[in-house]
Amino acid sequence: MKYTSVIFVCLFLFCTTGIVPAQSYKNAQHHQCLKCHSNQSYSFMNTVKNKVEKRLMNPYFIIDTVGLTHGVHKQFDCTDCHSSEYGTYPHQATLKLQPLSTCLDCHGGDASFATYHFERIDEEFKKSVHYKVYGDNFTCTKCHSQHTYKATARTSSDVLEIVDYSNKMCLSCHNDMKKYKMVSGHDNPKLIQVHEWLPNQELHFAHVRCIECHTEVADSLMVSHNILPKEKALKKCVECHSANSRLKASLYKYQNLQKRSENGTLNTVLANESYIIGSHQIPLLKLASILIFFIALCGILIHGIFRIIKKK
Amino acid sequence: MAATEKLYFYPVWLRIWHGINALGIVTLIITGISMQSSVESSHILGFNLIVKLHNIAGTLVTLSYFIYFIGNVVTPNGKFYRIKPRGFFAKPIQQAIYYAWGMFHGMKPPYPISEKRKFNPLQKYAYVMVMYMAVPVVIISGIGLLFPEIILDKVYAFSGVFVTAVVHSAMGFFISVFLMIHLYIASIGKSPLENFKSIITGWHQVH
Repeated sequence: MKYTSVIFVCLFLFCTTGIVPAQSYKNAQHHQCLKCHSNQSYSFMNTVKNKVEKRLMNPYFIIDTVGLTHGVHKQFDCTDCHSSEYGTYPHQATLKLQPLSTCLDCHGGDASFATYHFERIDEEFKKSVHYKVYGDNFTCTKCHSQHTYKATARTSSDVLEIVDYSNKMCLSCHNDMKKYKMVSGHDNPKLIQVHEWLPNQELHFAHVRCIECHTEVADSLMVSHNILPKEKALKKCVECHSANSRLKASLYKYQNLQKRSENGTLNTVLANESYIIGSHQIPLLKLASILIFFIALCGILIHGIFRIIKKK
Repeated sequence: MAATEKLYFYPVWLRIWHGINALGIVTLIITGISMQSSVESSHILGFNLIVKLHNIAGTLVTLSYFIYFIGNVVTPNGKFYRIKPRGFFAKPIQQAIYYAWGMFHGMKPPYPISEKRKFNPLQKYAYVMVMYMAVPVVIISGIGLLFPEIILDKVYAFSGVFVTAVVHSAMGFFISVFLMIHLYIASIGKSPLENFKSIITGWHQVH
């Protein structure tokens, strides 16, 4: 009986430790990697000098731990993707030369990710200006941080949040002198000046995504990944501000899908199309205005005919 | 047949306002319809040009509205728009009956125009609704759309811009229908062009 209890306790401990991730991100100070990689500086025992030293962390290697615990890959531990040999410090120089897994290594050809169409995204991305100019050096992670990425566009019901999240991906480089130059080798264009032609620039930036004008819409994809060269970017107001607005095929694709699947309320239907000018976006008002117009016209015509007959 | 009398009905300031307003409103209606998503006429003039024209005409109509408003406050012209509670419903109905039936059956106009009565009751109601309700709403909502950053983000569950745009175009539509009827009713007179001449010369023939 005594032995059985011990076996049960051991089994219980074994099982539970198997479910909980090897190291929790929740307490970064106790995580083998994050205790250094979540801070501006780190301390280590310099065995050559035989003393503890404090050094600055490379800012690009500091991990946002809050983002990490909310990101799509939160269930993975660092060493699931990075070599477990990073456990020692100083890290071996050769570790950096080892190839890391690419997104498609896990996501490609996997039925459970079929709805994301990773292969189609890759095809579209290969046509984009990012790939054409920088080739394989321009990886998915340049825009989609593997550490903190959230599928906001698919999960959020707030269009403004989707827009903000998406635009921050572009702006993280295009509005960051250092990062932009690091990738491109030249200075970043001044976005406000470049977009001076756009009326109500600030509102546009907050309400629509950069990719609305800067990509070619692909019907089979939720988010078009074919980022166009700037000369080919959309500059026609009416492309969005019309009944056949391209936003319906891009930004509002999500909402349209939600609307269909949830049999959405009138609110979402109405709030959806506020980028189209006029009351004609409400079918009922459109019908009412056409009716009123024709009733008035008929009234005038009938009255006019009577006046002619009666010569009044 | 009664002797005709000439009355100086439309002072210069009123005619200037009316002229600017007429041209402005017509431009606003045409460009406004072009901007409506359901009317894909934008390729004739180009969306950007249409928007620019609409903004200019809108500003012009707004400025001219001040001429109208101030003119009606400082001159006696304002009193023609005052609606009295007596016969609030009966008077316009009587006028409507005249238009629909009476005028074809030899009935005399129930409210003939005179120096004291510039508008018949129905006309007065229509003008008050358009000039003191629809036009101010269209001006305020138009200013909102011209500077969308001043509009509330959300009005209950709706986007503020959306609500403003719907109010603006619905009122614009109401004004369009008014204009159509206004032009037609203006043709009712001794001759179809008589009233149009009056608003240009200022003189009105009272028969």
